[in-house]
Amino acid sequence: MSSHYEAPIREPLILGEKSYHDISVDVGAPILGKANKSWWIVFSIALIAFLWGLGCIVYTVTTGIGVWGLNKTIGWAWDITNFVWWVGIGHAGTLISAVLLLFRQKWRMAINRSAEAMTIFAVVQAGLFPIIHMGRPWLAYWVLPIPNQFGSLWVNFNSPLLWDVFAISTYLSVSLVFWWTGLLPDFAMIRDRTKSPFQQKIYGILSFGWSGRAKDWQRFEEVSLVLAGLATPLVLSVHTIVSFDFATSVVPGWHSTIFPPYFVAGAIFSGFAMVQTLLLVMRKVVNLENYITIVHIEFMNKVILLTGGIVTVAYLTEYFIGWYSGVPYENYTYLSFGAATGPYWWAFWALIICNLIVPLTLWVKKWRRNIVWTFIVALIINIGMWFERFDIIVICLSKDRLASSWSMFQPTFVDIGVFVGTIGFFFVLFLLYARTFPVIAQAEVKSILKSSGARYKRIRESGED
Amino acid sequence: MVLGLIGLVFGFLSVPTTVEEASEILASHEEHHGSGEEASHEEANFVDEVRQEHGYSEHAMAQDKDLGHDAHEDGEHMEHVLHQMQTKPWSAAFVAAFFFMMIALGTLVFYAIQTAAQAGWSPVLFRVMEGITNYLLPGSVIVLLIVIFAGEHFYPWQNHELVAEDAILQEKSGYLNFPFWLIRGITYVIGWNLYRHFARKNSLAMDHAEDLKPYKNLFRYSVYFLAFFIVTESTMAWDWFMSMTPHWYSTLFAWYIFASIIVSAVTVIAIVTVSLKAIGKLDFVNDSHLHDLAKFMFGFSVFWTYLWFGQFMLIWYANIPEEVTYFILRIQEYNPIFFGMIIINFVFPIVILMNSDFKRVSWFVVIAGVIILVGHYIDIFLLVMPSTVGPYWSFGITEFAALLFFLGLFILMVGMGLAKVSLRPKNNPFLVESEHFHY
Repeated sequence: MSSHYEAPIREPLILGEKSYHDISVDVGAPILGKANKSWWIVFSIALIAFLWGLGCIVYTVTTGIGVWGLNKTIGWAWDITNFVWWVGIGHAGTLISAVLLLFRQKWRMAINRSAEAMTIFAVVQAGLFPIIHMGRPWLAYWVLPIPNQFGSLWVNFNSPLLWDVFAISTYLSVSLVFWWTGLLPDFAMIRDRTKSPFQQKIYGILSFGWSGRAKDWQRFEEVSLVLAGLATPLVLSVHTIVSFDFATSVVPGWHSTIFPPYFVAGAIFSGFAMVQTLLLVMRKVVNLENYITIVHIEFMNKVILLTGGIVTVAYLTEYFIGWYSGVPYENYTYLSFGAATGPYWWAFWALIICNLIVPLTLWVKKWRRNIVWTFIVALIINIGMWFERFDIIVICLSKDRLASSWSMFQPTFVDIGVFVGTIGFFFVLFLLYARTFPVIAQAEVKSILKSSGARYKRIRESGED
Repeated sequence: MVLGLIGLVFGFLSVPTTVEEASEILASHEEHHGSGEEASHEEANFVDEVRQEHGYSEHAMAQDKDLGHDAHEDGEHMEHVLHQMQTKPWSAAFVAAFFFMMIALGTLVFYAIQTAAQAGWSPVLFRVMEGITNYLLPGSVIVLLIVIFAGEHFYPWQNHELVAEDAILQEKSGYLNFPFWLIRGITYVIGWNLYRHFARKNSLAMDHAEDLKPYKNLFRYSVYFLAFFIVTESTMAWDWFMSMTPHWYSTLFAWYIFASIIVSAVTVIAIVTVSLKAIGKLDFVNDSHLHDLAKFMFGFSVFWTYLWFGQFMLIWYANIPEEVTYFILRIQEYNPIFFGMIIINFVFPIVILMNSDFKRVSWFVVIAGVIILVGHYIDIFLLVMPSTVGPYWSFGITEFAALLFFLGLFILMVGMGLAKVSLRPKNNPFLVESEHFHY
């Protein structure tokens, strides 16, 4: 009773007259079919951007970090901004698959696969920056505590940058395992449905011989739950550790105890915005409007609204405590009167408008359920959250304690090129994913069909009358 | 009827404690007036120094060194010691009063979250939560009265002479001034209680409603309340706690207190649910509901630890003089309970409540719950005491009496709240889902 009963007041999550078979067909269609012209066009653009970015990376590594716009005062700018931005984007995937699983949110099922793919691809982009922003990236393996011939020279475990290494690598591996586990039944579905022997072979390997027996399912569910339970603290701790990069320092504006939860909230905020951006396009292109419905979009907007509210309160707190502390240096931090009127005023106001003001429109139900407006807001939030990181990093560094060290940051084409390259790389991966992976967790969606499908809801209601 | 009786019995049980407690508090107050003078060899604390000096970081740096070497015979210092001793009963009352108030408030927040999130498991517990929030009105008014009348005992910035000498406090007087502070406090209390009033009203109206109007009202109020709460909770934490040491600041502080609020509240919901079920009043609540509550206890305990660690570690790591004083005092003077609290609030819950089967066992959850509550009482104790009485803390008759008094009042009010109406709500759109809930 319980698993199949649902309050009539809840809106259906699967529209149309769907059956189990229809779900398999709809999810399998993009993989079993052929890519159209627009896919190739978009893919080519992304690939070119990626290659351009790769060129910039090679140029940086071979010529030296001086080709970036960094200076002696501002030693971190676009590199770490982009790093934090990408990591933040990655967080929504784990949130959707793990946290929403713990909270038994059925609506996550249509979006978790893509959100997790987004996580993994975003973390891959993020993972580039800690390497390429090094002056000597070929010595990057020194960050690992490996016994060696330097009298077993070890790393210092006191640095949050080292914690980053552990955090990001753990995060990527756990996300990957979590994602792949969920994919097994879906790969098996593709394996069983495809007619091409090549695909049969590939998906046969990918699905690890999944046969869907009761015992397998039971363990599958348990593993999912355990991994969700582990991924949730992980997702909190990863961005917390990223925030420690700043908060453990003594730089005014960076040293702030609210950073851990505030960065996490911001990560969910930006991550959900990115999920919206991607899924709004995908549901249209891959014809998944019956699965990723307006209700899903509204729910995601509500999460954006919630985390945006949390971030807003954190902004107000930062601003207030900056004043309240009575420390004059706090006048030049990223959220201060000095920042609002100083040389980076445009970055300050971009942050306020994009992250604080524009999302407020989502309080209106009509706008929350408007696809075009949602898409615009999501894009604006992505921009705003980039500015948040930029502001935190650059504005705080630009006017630190010693006035003789005040400086401005000007990005070079290499800075920009690397960033564009990661965006390109991200979309290369995501576009390939959308053609080869089941973008909706069909096994999970099938589990809610009878409780939350429009057809069954209707049948139930008419039966009760 | 039966429930009314239970409420009354609870009430009667708490009445004698209240009378006793009042006199006990007074008596101990007197006692401390006397003993204050003798404790002069004790060390000065941060607040104490703040009261005397107007320096900023130099003084904060000196504070660490000076601990224990303060001029014994210094008349001015003696005055401050006396002041701290006099503050003790105020602090004891405040810790206990706030502890129970925050339980009611946290329950209200949890209720609002459940409503706004359209939770399908918890509507059967709504009457229980509403019953607990019955304490909010008296509780919050008492807390407000305590912070108002404690005045300089708690809030050095209310001392005009001190502010006149202290450049830092003068700068802050735009925020830390009595009228504005008072208005803020009153606003919080009114705002929270208004939501509680209308939420309860609409929840009860749902029982007889033909349509979904009361439900929709409740939903809407809950969302607005949560928005109101997240802001007022922050300012409340700054106003009532952080400004006890007005030179010190931490951005995370308010959220950290929130974690304590919510975990204690969920724990009390679980304990009250188990108690009522044990006497057969909640037959429609099953062990899956308990399991969910225990999961929240577990989850929020970890969340609390996360915030505690976030705040502590960042201040410890950067070691900026004006910030570390807060923790230096707590580590030096309150060492066993400061670190003991972490074991109680983190290690115990994580060990006890990890197992899924244990979370369904009532007595297990109650034991875990009591431990968590003790831990969070200590947490509030540690927020207040070091800032107000400094090294002159103890857990004696005053503290215990205050705890008993507010416990009695809490049980009385909650009992009355629970007794008024049937514990089984009707017509909530998610009620059937909730009754059939199995996990």
